[in-house]
Amino acid sequence: MSSIDFDIAHLLAGSLVLVSFMELYQDRLYALLNIYALHALALAASVAWQAFVQDAPHLYVTAGVALVFKAIIIPVALHRIIVRLGVHREIEKVVGVGLTMIVGIGLVALSMVVMLRVTHEADPLAREDLAFALSVVLLGLLMMVTRRNAVSQVVGFMSLENGLVLAATGAKGMPLVVEISIAFSILIAFIVIGIFLFRIRERFDTVDVQALDRFRGERR
Amino acid sequence: MTFAGVSFNPIAGVLIVPAAAAALLALLPGYRATARINVLATALTLTCALSLLFGRPQPNPYFLVDDLNGTFIILTTFVGFTTSIFSASYIGHELEIGRLTPPSVRFYHAMYQVLMFAMNLALVANNIGLMWVAIELATLTTVLMVGIYRTHEALEAAWKYFILGSVGIALALFGTILVYMAARPVVGEGLDAMVWSVLVSRASAFDPALLNVAFIFLLLGYGTKVGLAPLHAWLPDAHAEGPTPISAVLSGLLLNVALYALLRFKMLMAANAAALAPGPLMVTLGLLSLVFASFMLYRRRDIKRMFAYSSIEHMGIITFAFGMGGPIANFAGLLHMTMHSLTKSAIFFAVGHIAQVKGTQRIADMGGLTVSHPMLGWGLILGVVAIAGLPPLGIFMSEFLVVSSTFARAPLLAIILVFGILVGLAALFLRLNSIAFGEPRGPTAKSQASYAPMFAHLALVFAAGIYMPPALVAWFQNVAGLLG
Repeated sequence: MSSIDFDIAHLLAGSLVLVSFMELYQDRLYALLNIYALHALALAASVAWQAFVQDAPHLYVTAGVALVFKAIIIPVALHRIIVRLGVHREIEKVVGVGLTMIVGIGLVALSMVVMLRVTHEADPLAREDLAFALSVVLLGLLMMVTRRNAVSQVVGFMSLENGLVLAATGAKGMPLVVEISIAFSILIAFIVIGIFLFRIRERFDTVDVQALDRFRGERR
Repeated sequence: MTFAGVSFNPIAGVLIVPAAAAALLALLPGYRATARINVLATALTLTCALSLLFGRPQPNPYFLVDDLNGTFIILTTFVGFTTSIFSASYIGHELEIGRLTPPSVRFYHAMYQVLMFAMNLALVANNIGLMWVAIELATLTTVLMVGIYRTHEALEAAWKYFILGSVGIALALFGTILVYMAARPVVGEGLDAMVWSVLVSRASAFDPALLNVAFIFLLLGYGTKVGLAPLHAWLPDAHAEGPTPISAVLSGLLLNVALYALLRFKMLMAANAAALAPGPLMVTLGLLSLVFASFMLYRRRDIKRMFAYSSIEHMGIITFAFGMGGPIANFAGLLHMTMHSLTKSAIFFAVGHIAQVKGTQRIADMGGLTVSHPMLGWGLILGVVAIAGLPPLGIFMSEFLVVSSTFARAPLLAIILVFGILVGLAALFLRLNSIAFGEPRGPTAKSQASYAPMFAHLALVFAAGIYMPPALVAWFQNVAGLLG
């Protein structure tokens, strides 16, 4: 592999991590959705580049799914849901932005240390990709635990899932990648948007998960 | 296998029957016919699974049946069958009182079969990617079923289960990708590097460091689905708020399926001498779950939630036993898993009918069941005696084996184990006393329960405590040997 191929793959995967950080400090749902669309766009570019350098045409399908479904349809649909539910106010966070960012930096450092140390036998492209992918996964998890709002938790889950797709496409020749990425998209489409948010809206006047927490635990 | 000139593949049987039944049940209206079809389909699946005893197909890159998953498949299809009988009378009552509407019952029946399909697929899969997809599918169907009542509590439970389950499943996928990365330099690119039987035969040459990281992710990911503390938060809610047949299937089967996935990867780790020993990690998580859940049993006010914590406790014991490893502990773990599945689903059958006649799940509103509903009351007592591990029932046998084999190897761990079991036992009997004895409290209307599934399970547990057929012992010993 020529070094320019490697550099571009590196750049695209790295930009995905960067966009993950941008998601962490958004405090409005609309802005968060726009950043998520950017996240999906970066993923699509990264996967398409992998398809090109690995000469694996089936990965273009995954890239296409990321582009059409995740970067366009999902953000637009979520946008509409937010309008309909009237929850376009500020996102309530469990911890402040500063602390979240510091923890995020720590997580990225952790994933670099772990992945680069254990994969010294793998080829350099897969190595870096895997380290970036783990960072994206951990940042997605961080977002899910630091947000109280159901929509932003879903966005956290979706960016976590983008990290997994990045890892799967970086693992050269891995079978079932396309199937897995499509299965994930279906999961997101059906469960999250279709059923849960509407039911939650039906029963509660908020999609703030903390309001759900009132009903938690033991019945008295 | 050939019957009357027609070749028959049991693997296809356990997959196609539930899939076809799901499609059929999604189309058919009407409760009575669909409930019967549901029972019929699970019976047919059980027959296909039992035919595995008389010969099994050759492994291929997608499917594999050996003694290990043969045990799981037969257990799963059996409990699936008995639960469908229980479910018929349970759902009938829910329709009568209007908690469920005819469309949601139709949905429920179709989902029940999809769940059976997904669990069977996870068990027969030889491909670690396929196994992951199947467990994900099983998770999703149960999420939908937990939320079926659409109450505040049910929705919150389903949401929590969905979020935590998805995170677990995502971590498991990352682990799966890492296993592929470890295998690729040795096995080569493509399908073979995800086929479990190929992986395990070549695992000694894999990069141990990569395998270690992979196993951590798999343990956390599938461990969430097993309900190991501290990843168990979804489990009590999902058990308490969903329909009771689903609680029975969750506790009795789905937790086992996730544990099965973990065991497959444990075998992979064991095949590589330089990799981390998975045992101590599983022992730690198992003991933690056991002790934590035993203490949590004390302040339960909701009867289904209480037995959900008891499931965490027992999954802890099973994980502990498999973590200890060796022929005796593995044998005990396998036996305990079987006994726990049978007993816990029997308990949920009783609890389901009890909650229906009393109109509540609050323990404080139940009492004197042995007087008002002797069959249900004594059934529950028998179930709790079994689950608490009192002789001469099956769980006593398996717990005794776990404890005695641990005392021989790590006395300190055995003390913690016994402590946890005793704490749990005391808690269960404390609650049982107020539920089963004393003055009857709450409504005393007759219940139209089907007692057959409950007593069939309890009879099996009782029989296993008294006498284990040598063929079964040999079978379990063989599987214990496979697990290493």
